[in-house]
Amino acid sequence: MSKDKITFTIDGCEVTAQPGQTVMQAADAANIRIPQLCYLEGLTPHGSCRVCIVKANGRLDTSCTLPAVEGMVVENNTEEINEYRRDLVDMLFVEGNHICPSCEKSGDCELQGVAYELGITAPKYPYQFPRRETDASHPDIFLDLNRCILCARCVQTSRDLDGKTVFEFVGRGPDKKLAIRPGARLADTELDITDQVVGSCPVGTILKKRVGFAVPVGERTYDKEPHPEQPVSE
Amino acid sequence: MSAPAKRVIIEPVTRVEGHGKVSIYMDEQNRVQQARLHIVEFRGFERFIQGRPYWEVPVLVQRLCGICPVSHHLCAAKAMDQIVGVDKLTPAAEKIRRLAHYGQTFQSHALHFFHLCSPDLLFGFDADPAIRNVIGVIREYPDLAKQGVLMRKYGQEVIKATVGKKIHGTGAIPGGVNKPLSVAERDVLLPDLEQMLEWAVATVKIAKDYTAEHLETLKDFATSPTNHVSIVRQDGAMDLYDGNLRAVSPEGERIFDGVKPMEYTDYFQEEVRDWSYMKFPFIKSLGREEGWYRVGPLSRVNVCDFIDTPAAEKERQEFMALTNGKPNNITMAYHWTRMIELLHAIEKIRELLHDPDLQSDDLVLQGERREEAVAIIEAPRGSLFHHYQVNEQDEVVMANLIVSTTHNNTAMNTAVQRVAEDHLDGQPELTEGMLNHVEVAIRAYDPCLSCATHALGQMPLVVSLFDHQGNLIARKSKA
Ligand code: SF4
Repeated sequence: MSKDKITFTIDGCEVTAQPGQTVMQAADAANIRIPQLCYLEGLTPHGSCRVCIVKANGRLDTSCTLPAVEGMVVENNTEEINEYRRDLVDMLFVEGNHICPSCEKSGDCELQGVAYELGITAPKYPYQFPRRETDASHPDIFLDLNRCILCARCVQTSRDLDGKTVFEFVGRGPDKKLAIRPGARLADTELDITDQVVGSCPVGTILKKRVGFAVPVGERTYDKEPHPEQPVSE
Repeated sequence: MSAPAKRVIIEPVTRVEGHGKVSIYMDEQNRVQQARLHIVEFRGFERFIQGRPYWEVPVLVQRLCGICPVSHHLCAAKAMDQIVGVDKLTPAAEKIRRLAHYGQTFQSHALHFFHLCSPDLLFGFDADPAIRNVIGVIREYPDLAKQGVLMRKYGQEVIKATVGKKIHGTGAIPGGVNKPLSVAERDVLLPDLEQMLEWAVATVKIAKDYTAEHLETLKDFATSPTNHVSIVRQDGAMDLYDGNLRAVSPEGERIFDGVKPMEYTDYFQEEVRDWSYMKFPFIKSLGREEGWYRVGPLSRVNVCDFIDTPAAEKERQEFMALTNGKPNNITMAYHWTRMIELLHAIEKIRELLHDPDLQSDDLVLQGERREEAVAIIEAPRGSLFHHYQVNEQDEVVMANLIVSTTHNNTAMNTAVQRVAEDHLDGQPELTEGMLNHVEVAIRAYDPCLSCATHALGQMPLVVSLFDHQGNLIARKSKA
């Protein structure tokens, strides 16, 4: 007989989950913060960024994909796990070209936000300076792959919510990259400014054109809800 | 050209922003043949901007300079106004940008005066370098040093209130600005205003008295008669934010006037020389030899007909009286004119802070897209030109930036040459005094040598002497 409630602990606190809920969903409901990046409500979680890793009964796993199980012992906010998270986020920075001071997403960027949250002030790994493309062909949308973190939100949103499959991944390992149909530019796709995919990007890769820096410093997402570690704009 | 007999290299020049290197070539008769100031300018930016969306440029381009980023920010924004088809901003937007610009001018001039040039003026530029530095000023003139710090800070607060951050703000956007000045932000700035004004008046006096007292020595120091260039308002008033180009000869005759920024390529040409990364611009109609010119505070005061704020105008008149209304060509007069502008900037800040337009929400306009734009602003160090072409897809396809240090390139080289001739002709010996004088001459221009941020303060100075075959025969250094 299935129980209608699951009880487990996160960092020693008792948490209740509905059957079928993931550890992340249960934690969110209980107001326990698990740092996360690629997860977006409405999409199927797939653990691609791995920032939400926790230790469940001694094993590392992504909490967005991990079903809550009765009696499970979850470690979340520990130095060991936060260090793994810092490493992961660090790599996302150095694997792309992130020049935050001149990026219009700065202050609203979820990658930057999670870096603040984890207390990262400068990457410890060497910058890779990859050569990445931009695509300005679309009249309303600018695509800057320099900042893409391969979170797959756009791939999923376009396919599952917009029903268009504008974006896909090509290549493997270090060569994996976000792409559109071979030989096509963004203007050749069905992408429209009103598509949900436009708002799905956590970083400054998919941008509405001509918006730029319309929101002043002080009124951006992370200006209004700064993380304790976040440096103050001077 | 035959191989130079001796080569003197001074590197890096201390107490200028960035770093530079000076080589002095002697001929066989031990006369100075040529002096070269090598400037490391990072021109890669113009390539880097290519392919970026135009709305990003005002924020991106600020990173060219850690000392006057606001000037680049505003100049690029002025260009992007044209790209989005806006020739005239809303009153609120223009005034907020102007406020940012005067804040920038105020803080930059205060920084230059107190941190970089006041040691020369207060101790005399032949004084022992061990005391002739900012630490010496703090020790001997603690009140003055404190004023310098507070004035700079005030300018930075103005910048923060208008563009969002003290450095690398985002306030100016194509067609306007992204925020008004709130009443709360204004009220933070108002209480110290009169104090700043009072200090600015006192600071002009220091520079003025110094120049008057040492006029005989300064008259010929590192000085040559030159043409002067700056933008001026339509009615001839000094305008640091906007206007058309005017050039005058060393005697004050107009070379051209009312030249729109877009027409600059008809009037200026940039020459490349194989030994320098930095170009040498000149006025086309006068040619390479005669067409070089100066920009910056000295030129602006020389070029304008009047200043539209009373205290600074009074000072301008006093300054111009010294040369009977003709342009003043004394290199060291840069310091005096820089302080006249400091005063002008704070008077303008006062005017603007009391203007209710700054609290208006009417901030952004839009017009019909254009593909090319040229904007000119008077940055603290002189005229700054930004020229862009933007394609239909909103990408920048061409950028050409002429910064003030580039405009002054020939003038600075000539100034170094003058000093070298005075000290080295007939006796090619590296003396401390000569090094000091080279440094003082370059510093008068307040050059931003690498257009990059470097730590302020003393950098080691190394002088090398080479014979005509390029062999090192002597080296002198000072910490
Ligand atoms: S996308 Fe985010 S992390 Fe990357 S440059 Fe922009 S603000 Fe920085």
